[in-house]
Amino acid sequence: MTMAEGDLAVAELAFVRRTNIAPRPPPAAMTGAVGWLRENLLSTPFNVGLTIVIVLLLAWAVPELVKFLLIDAVWSGTDRDACLESVQHREIGACWPFVWERLPYFIYGSYPIPQRWRVDVFLAMLAIGVVWLLWLNAPRRDLGAIYFFVILPIASFILLTGWAAIGLQPVDTVLWGGVLVTIVVASVGIVVSLPIGILLALGRRSHMPAVRTLSVIFIEFVRGVPLVTVLFMAGVMLPLFVPEQLSPDKLVRALIGIAIFASAYMAEVVRAGLQAIPKGQYEGAMAVGLRYWQMMRLIILPQALKVTIPNIVNTYIGLFKDTTLVFIVGIFDLLRTIEVARIDPKWATPVTSTTGYAVAAIFYLVFCYGMSRYARAMEARLAKSDRR
Amino acid sequence: MSVAGNHGPLLKPAKLNTATAVEIADMNKWYGDFHVLRDINLKVMGGERIVICGPSGSGKSTMIRCINRLEEHQSGRIFVDGVELTADLKKIDEVRREVGMVFQHFNLFPHLTVMDNCTLALIWVRKMPKKQAEEVALHYLERVKIPEQANKYPGQLSGGQQQRVAIARALCMNPKIMLFDEPTSALDPEMVKEVLDTMVELAHDGMTMLVVTHEMGFARQVASRIVFMDEGQIVEANVPEEFFAHPQHERTKLFLSQILR
Repeated sequence: MTMAEGDLAVAELAFVRRTNIAPRPPPAAMTGAVGWLRENLLSTPFNVGLTIVIVLLLAWAVPELVKFLLIDAVWSGTDRDACLESVQHREIGACWPFVWERLPYFIYGSYPIPQRWRVDVFLAMLAIGVVWLLWLNAPRRDLGAIYFFVILPIASFILLTGWAAIGLQPVDTVLWGGVLVTIVVASVGIVVSLPIGILLALGRRSHMPAVRTLSVIFIEFVRGVPLVTVLFMAGVMLPLFVPEQLSPDKLVRALIGIAIFASAYMAEVVRAGLQAIPKGQYEGAMAVGLRYWQMMRLIILPQALKVTIPNIVNTYIGLFKDTTLVFIVGIFDLLRTIEVARIDPKWATPVTSTTGYAVAAIFYLVFCYGMSRYARAMEARLAKSDRR
Repeated sequence: MSVAGNHGPLLKPAKLNTATAVEIADMNKWYGDFHVLRDINLKVMGGERIVICGPSGSGKSTMIRCINRLEEHQSGRIFVDGVELTADLKKIDEVRREVGMVFQHFNLFPHLTVMDNCTLALIWVRKMPKKQAEEVALHYLERVKIPEQANKYPGQLSGGQQQRVAIARALCMNPKIMLFDEPTSALDPEMVKEVLDTMVELAHDGMTMLVVTHEMGFARQVASRIVFMDEGQIVEANVPEEFFAHPQHERTKLFLSQILR
């Protein structure tokens, strides 16, 4: 019926459709698992090749990993003998008792053992803050923001460094280490870099020459110097020029260095987002009478930040991993504590280092992949309002 | 509309008054070396509907954009509702509160719902409570005949609907003067009429309007004066009957012969 009509349309000069063509389901090859395979894995010869290479790579890597981490792994023991092939007379994989024994060190560093509950409380408070802020349907997110940006930093500072007046024994930051330091450095970098980065980006696009020049100089200078140099300057050079009592704490210096560095990168990321916003949005905002900061806060930044979420998170992930560089100024982050622990003679075996590094890899992977997934979910959610 | 009575001066239609709404005197503007607007003189009385036409690049849009200072002029003076536009930010804010603008590309805020687009300036510029602002917004959305779209995002509407939202957004601020910068040029042909109808209604309500458009039918129907511009100058201005029937300047005649068939 429909075919006949289609033929007519071609064959004759004048054509009037008399029946509506009803929509039909797509062919079976387009749907279901087969359709998915064809579409995603086998759509072109190049794709087929890629699929084969990837399958081979996985077949090569995954069994080895599983074998090392789980099947051949040692699960109990008290010292190196448990993980030595010559003692156990079997193939030895990951040495988990080593990790288990040194886990407190990996988490707290040399933080005094009786005081470690304070770190636990800090991590719990941080977790609450993060969830409150990132869970978009959470109740009272305005309170959550106050908690996260005002209460949490002050409380954490008091809790972790101590305040004799309220009975919290002071703990020198030299003793901090492991996950605690990694989290503190990353959180400060992440939380500080976005607002400062936004201000620098706006400054760089400002019509006021002084503001613009200062922003450009700051951004270009900091971006032009390696992070290691910034940390080294902050950690080693600064104390040479500043009198002892005026020089801030070593960890604080590193935090400032990281924050400055991350802010400069964030500024460029945000600027890219600002440039993606059409001029009409500025004009629309100005025409209804919004002032500069209102326009930026209500109209421009929400849109600019939305398009830059992937880049912001990318910067955050980079920053999170860059925190490992603080070891250069003698701060014991997670990777550094693992480095120290793996050469401990008590656990010296051929697999100790690999096991330690596996722990580090899993830790960083979990956090970075988490950030990545959250960003994807955010994008998907925000994209809803953008249907055009 | 019950809303209209409750909120005092804010919602009353702009009064048809005889005072000068906009006065542009010897205004000049340059983009770098390029002299875009040359000795512009234009006086618009309250309640007048001015249609500005002319070939592209003639400076029509630039001229009306000077009236709410989206563009800066370099010499001459512009008074809007008695306030002179200078670099003074307070004066600029004052003028922008009284002047609504509708753009060719709508310039709605895509991340906000239609309702939020309309209430934003009421809440942040007029400092109106949210609930009251929403009543006002709904009133104007009804007036442009799309109250049912209030909770959608601009991207979900057709071009004509978006432009009507843009008109409602501007009207919410209860402006004394409305500027239209080619409001139908970016629309599909089938949507031009709904936007023009809205503008005609607005004209009947006595709004002072400056409209840059190529819609000559609209100009004939509602304009109290038509201003023809070319090369940054006002070439001819007249009431529509005379303008169409007896254009005086050669360039006007040429322009009309090209757009009227």
